[in-house]
Amino acid sequence: MATTTPVLPGTSAEPMPKTVAGRVRRRLNTRAATVVSILIALLWTVPTFGLFISSLRPEDAIKTTGWWTFFSDPQLTLDNYNEVLFGQSASSGQLANYFVNSIVITIPSVLFPVAFAAMAAYALSWINFRGREWVYIGIFALQIVPLQMALVPLLSFFSRGVSLGGITLMPAWQLEDEQKFIQVWFAHTCFALPFAVFLLHNFVSQLPGELMEAARVDGASHAKIFRTIVLPLITPALASLTIFQFLWVWNDLLVALIFAGGGDETAPLTVRLAELAGTRGNEWQRLTSGAFVSIVVPLIVFLSLQRYFVRGLLTGSVKG
Amino acid sequence: MLVYGLVAFVVVVGGLLLLLDVVPTYFARRRERQLLAIAAGEIPAPPSGRVGKSREWGFALIFLLPVLMLLAIGLVVPLVRTTLLSFKNGGSTDWVGLENYGWMVTDDGILGVLWNSLLWVVLVPLVATSVGLLYAVLVDKARFESVAKSLIFLPVAISFVGASIIWKFVYAYRSEEQDQIGLLNQIVVWLGGTPQQWLLDSPLNTLLLIAVMVWIQAGFAMVILSAAIKAIPADIVEAARLDGVTAWQMFWRVTMPSIRPALIVVVVAITVATMKIFDIVRTMTNGNYDTNVIALEMYNQAFRYQQVGQGSALAVFLFILVIPIVIFQIRNLRRQREG
Repeated sequence: MATTTPVLPGTSAEPMPKTVAGRVRRRLNTRAATVVSILIALLWTVPTFGLFISSLRPEDAIKTTGWWTFFSDPQLTLDNYNEVLFGQSASSGQLANYFVNSIVITIPSVLFPVAFAAMAAYALSWINFRGREWVYIGIFALQIVPLQMALVPLLSFFSRGVSLGGITLMPAWQLEDEQKFIQVWFAHTCFALPFAVFLLHNFVSQLPGELMEAARVDGASHAKIFRTIVLPLITPALASLTIFQFLWVWNDLLVALIFAGGGDETAPLTVRLAELAGTRGNEWQRLTSGAFVSIVVPLIVFLSLQRYFVRGLLTGSVKG
Repeated sequence: MLVYGLVAFVVVVGGLLLLLDVVPTYFARRRERQLLAIAAGEIPAPPSGRVGKSREWGFALIFLLPVLMLLAIGLVVPLVRTTLLSFKNGGSTDWVGLENYGWMVTDDGILGVLWNSLLWVVLVPLVATSVGLLYAVLVDKARFESVAKSLIFLPVAISFVGASIIWKFVYAYRSEEQDQIGLLNQIVVWLGGTPQQWLLDSPLNTLLLIAVMVWIQAGFAMVILSAAIKAIPADIVEAARLDGVTAWQMFWRVTMPSIRPALIVVVVAITVATMKIFDIVRTMTNGNYDTNVIALEMYNQAFRYQQVGQGSALAVFLFILVIPIVIFQIRNLRRQREG
């Protein structure tokens, strides 16, 4: 600052006040903006952070003092995780089982709708047939059917089969124990389709038409075009739909509650966690570590694939 | 079981694709033979045009088969059946006409539930969208923008059950003599107040549950609105700036009109998600202390009290509420296609 060139009096006197006032106002504006945005950011992250810290504190500490005391008196332990995942007593959570269930439920429930929706999206965009528009609008509209409406009939479809006027068209499935996974896969696949078709259709219909035509002229069948041209081109869209569907299935409670039952053979993490929150609402050492176990997989998927996820959200919504 | 699932997947999808490969070659061969026959003058040439069209239909059907079948079983038939069930009694044995709907609009408990749901559907989209928009505007072009946005976006990935536990912990209560373990009560104590049992007092508890949903949805709103803001053409912003508009005018006259379509999408999506909200209320209060909502009450009636008729009536009511949104969406879709 000592070496600044001296300013001649008079030359800068005129414009100075204006720019200074302007700069001050701008700075105040940005400062207020910064404060508000930091405040929002804190409000959105502190609760999760608190949960994470708590899950690592010893049981007595969690139950007697707030997690913020961690900064003055740091005590860390993995006991909570060990107990909640592998503990043998009925009250401990035994989350390891449920974690596996969540994985078993999620993988097929993601693969099926993505594959079916990709095929449907191709047919709806590139095969010329009458009524195409109406089929698409019908599927689109089904997006809005509340899940709740489908639950009772779908459950009776599984348990009683289909009969029309006394004739059994399809026998009851009579699924028990582990076989209940099939119901859950089936239900998740049905419920995911309208949105999946909608999202993929947005991508597939925007592919260049000349490409398809050229392939048709060369004598390629629809199946071949679909496999060798369309699928590779819409990989980003498939990725974003996969993430969507993964998060939705992994985080779902309602479908699992009704179709998987509450036992440790089929119920996913969310069901068990909701149960713990209901019956052991004050066992914070289990709730916090349990909640973190259920959060961690979607968070990893989400953080590493965020870019695709956002891209999927945007094509589905913002146009132009 | 996972192995069975994967095998089923490979068989079904692989089978469909194989079918799609075999069918066209079969047709191609047949047509070849036909053409040869025509060339040899054995049969007259068929009228062209129609054959190709109907074959396209066949292909489309194979491609669409799984989706159409699953949607019929999973959504369309249930839609009809639930509507029929809503006119039957609890055990679905007798027709009772509009009795279930009458119960819905006269029972005091249910009226409270409807009232709560209304509060959810009005507040969540409004607050979540506002916060998302505010934040998107504030961090636009700021340093660390992507990190700042990720922080708000993160709750989108957390399950409703997980989020409920996170916030239950924030709202946790200890009596005055003890140290508080819930952040909210600790802040109250620091400010010199007495700790509250947040989740027991109506209507405050409903508002606190709504806060959880806002916390989850604001990130979704923020991401879409932020992209819309970035898509505003630079020359419009530049022209406005040359005209000397203030930041406030810029926001209302330039930003808001430009992002209107995205704003509608966000509000509609959050509204639909909020109508079906179920997990948060179930995990945090189980609908006690006057916090119940339609979706949870529907679950309770149909699956806990075995009152399928009443539960179905609630589900139908939920569907009727969403119908205007479907129509609105379809009109948007058609306009987009024409434009």
